[in-house]
Amino acid sequence: METAIEIKWILACYVDDVPENGGSCVKHGDEQIAIFNFTRRGEWYATQNLCPHKQQMAISRGMIGSTGESCEPKVACPFHKKAFSLLTGECIGEEELVIKTYPVKVADGKVFVGLA
Amino acid sequence: MSKPTIIVVGNGMVGYKFCEKLLARSTQFQIIVFGEEPRHAYDRVHLSEYFNGKTADDLSLSTLSWYADNGIALHLDDPIQEINRTEKTIHSLKGVTLKYDYLVLATGSSAFVPDIPGIEKEGVFVYRTIEDLELIKACAANAKSGAVMGGGLLGLEAAKALIDLGITETHVIEFAPRLMPRQIDSAGSNMLQMKLSQLGLHIHLNKSTAAIVGDKKIQSLKFNDDSQLAVDMLVISAGIRPRDELAKLAGLHVGTRGGIVVNEKMQTSDEHIYAIGECALYEGMIYGLIAPGYEMADIAAAHLTAADKSFYGYDMSTKLKLIGVDVASFGDAFITEPDCRTILFEDTHKGIYKRINITNDGKNLLGGILIGDAEAYNMLLQTVNNKIVLPPDPEDLILGSRGGAASEGAGVMNLPDDALICSCEAVTKGAICSAVADGGVVSIDGMKKCTKAGTGCGGCVPLVKDLIAGTLKANGQYVKNVICEHFDYSRQELFDLVKINKLKNYDLVLDHYGKGDGCETCKPVVASILSSLWNDVIVKQEVIQDSNDRFLANIQKGGTYSVVPRIPGGEITPDKLIVIGQVAKRYGLYTKITGGQRIDLFGAHLSDLPLIWEELIDAGFESGHAYGKALRTVKSCVGSTWCRFGLHDSVTFAIEIEDRYKGIRAPHKLKGGVSGCVRECAEAQSKDFGIIATEKGWNLYVCGNGGSKPQHALLLATDIDKETLVKYLDRFLMFYIKTADPLTRTATWLNKLDGGMSYLKNVIVNDSLGLAEQLEEEMQALVNTYHCEWKEVVENPAMRKRFAHFINAPEEKDPTAQFEPMREQVKAKGW
Repeated sequence: METAIEIKWILACYVDDVPENGGSCVKHGDEQIAIFNFTRRGEWYATQNLCPHKQQMAISRGMIGSTGESCEPKVACPFHKKAFSLLTGECIGEEELVIKTYPVKVADGKVFVGLA
Repeated sequence: MSKPTIIVVGNGMVGYKFCEKLLARSTQFQIIVFGEEPRHAYDRVHLSEYFNGKTADDLSLSTLSWYADNGIALHLDDPIQEINRTEKTIHSLKGVTLKYDYLVLATGSSAFVPDIPGIEKEGVFVYRTIEDLELIKACAANAKSGAVMGGGLLGLEAAKALIDLGITETHVIEFAPRLMPRQIDSAGSNMLQMKLSQLGLHIHLNKSTAAIVGDKKIQSLKFNDDSQLAVDMLVISAGIRPRDELAKLAGLHVGTRGGIVVNEKMQTSDEHIYAIGECALYEGMIYGLIAPGYEMADIAAAHLTAADKSFYGYDMSTKLKLIGVDVASFGDAFITEPDCRTILFEDTHKGIYKRINITNDGKNLLGGILIGDAEAYNMLLQTVNNKIVLPPDPEDLILGSRGGAASEGAGVMNLPDDALICSCEAVTKGAICSAVADGGVVSIDGMKKCTKAGTGCGGCVPLVKDLIAGTLKANGQYVKNVICEHFDYSRQELFDLVKINKLKNYDLVLDHYGKGDGCETCKPVVASILSSLWNDVIVKQEVIQDSNDRFLANIQKGGTYSVVPRIPGGEITPDKLIVIGQVAKRYGLYTKITGGQRIDLFGAHLSDLPLIWEELIDAGFESGHAYGKALRTVKSCVGSTWCRFGLHDSVTFAIEIEDRYKGIRAPHKLKGGVSGCVRECAEAQSKDFGIIATEKGWNLYVCGNGGSKPQHALLLATDIDKETLVKYLDRFLMFYIKTADPLTRTATWLNKLDGGMSYLKNVIVNDSLGLAEQLEEEMQALVNTYHCEWKEVVENPAMRKRFAHFINAPEEKDPTAQFEPMREQVKAKGW
């Protein structure tokens, strides 16, 4: 049996709000969500904005890139360069640190983030 | 059954170390410590640092709570008066009587005070405890001249203390014909005397003091040759005397010239009583250094816990810095021909004397003396102790490793595993290397925590660092020359490729020469290369810039930023100061003067940055590039415009230089300094480039830095005019920008450069590569395309839009960025 999880899509921002191959931070209530426009891959990602290493709201200001044979997309926190997978949220090299990731869809120049 | 009781008499360095060693071996004892001084154990080796601002707390070996936490009862300010060996009890001055199972005497030593008429007069001191230092300090406040009796190691330390206390006329009186008679020979003493005299110390050898003259207070010293010397105070440092009075009273065997006789397990003539440190006499010898004292502490602790360890005497090699002069003596320093062969090096110009004694067959090193430059000490000592076979040209050992730092590192790795690296804590090379290889230690701080190596006298720290680096390298954990997994090129190679192919953005560079999608390592490297080549506005490619370059400010705790406007040469008008004050007030910023003679404004929210800069730019400020791998400041002293010593106008030159190179991106930050005379108030020799005025022009120094591994800049050219200097500087900076690895300061770059300084001099001054003209042109192109990047942002609405924390609520600030009050300003909330 499949369990359908209801995803609630919210309008986060517009495509040109987020720099190409970079990130921006979106406020949703009390939550802060980092959104990445990975133009080079034609992909969008969203994660929590809080870096769990030193509890800083900074992930959206980090540099994105890829790592390994599989070209796993990642973002590095600007504070101490802790890098997190944009797919799983896991910290690369330090498994105990994990950030939340969110699904993203883009339509009509609008960016939507899916909240569970 | 209750725990057996060990009473430790004495809470000096060795007494403390005994507790530490015993706890590490066993917790099956009740430990009680009695100390005569009001303070718990402190670092007596570095006592003179008390005068350069270290507090008694800084010198403490542990916190008071350490004793309680480890169940140690500590009685301070309460000397033991009597030992009753039949009852196995001790009685203290304050009337405490306690029973012991074992007693450890760590009573140390006192200063030996010769019996000279007038020795009791006011103004005569010994140099032993913090209390002594406080008395000396109080007296020195009203004294102009002072003398130290004794030219040994401690006497010279005491002389330094007097200089530090502002005694303008300091004398050293030594009975023997040379300084430090136990450590160095006459030639070494001559060199040391010359260096110390240059530093203003008056040294009198072959002088025997007959009397101390004065009414109540010392007025002068009278010598056996009938000469006199007027002084306001005298510090006696004529040797040490073991504190054996308590042992003597208890009927323990003591030596005829003092010291409690111990066996190789540190037991006295009573097997329940141990003696360790400077009060112990082993085979007729008192060991007045810290390392053997610690070794004795460990042996006593070992014996009490039934471990097998014995004392077999100790290497008394020593290295220290006396008033800024290196002095070292190791192995058999005094052996002479025909029992050995001696190699001598003497340089009276620089004040360097080196002597090594080698076996007659030239195979082994026996010992030696180093004055003025003791950098080779650690390796030489290891060579003696491990009987390492000497190279065919043993003179290389003292003439310096001409192959640079790399070969020195290799030498360290060649030591056997059981080579003792840290003699204070008895840590071997094997233990250090395995802490790196198996324990994951990568830094000296980590090593101190893991093995305690380097925590005693600190003398082995450079060697430990080399071992950490060497082991990492051997295990392949070495930073490879290629930039990262995305680029198989060195920075220099990529620099040339980008230049030749005129690539102007990151994606093009990655498409042509890289793979994957890039990362936080290669993006800033390419950004720096693009900037050094084309000097475009960096925020046009914001997403490849490093944390600070992206928002043209320095990210700080809490996610706010600090702002540093350029203040060239450190010169600023009152009006501009007022503007900085007003801006700081308006945006609630914490202000602090930086080390580079400018003002840092902390706590700016991301969205306030363009507003802040709008105001600063209106008042005539420009970006200070404190966030960039770029020129930071050119520090200056006030120079000839005001200073009575100044030879030329250093401020004007500093401003000209700072304005010339501002904004230029480099592999790492760049700092400069200009001093108006040889007094060097701008500390120019600690910068990437330093300029010092001379009678005939300017001297140019390059490749210095402060930081974790300070290095002095080296002289590139002498007595040159401004125009030539700028030309050399253009060539030097451009050559560095084009060839250095990422995040490599000029000092490290030079250290890795084949041929070192002489090669660099050839390239820059003699144009050996025929590049000079090109380098100058490339630099001029960068100078011509300078722009203030903050001005570009402030005037560009699209760029300004990026300076918002919430892209969907740009007027709101990050609520998690919080501050706490501190001294009428704010600080970031801790993490």
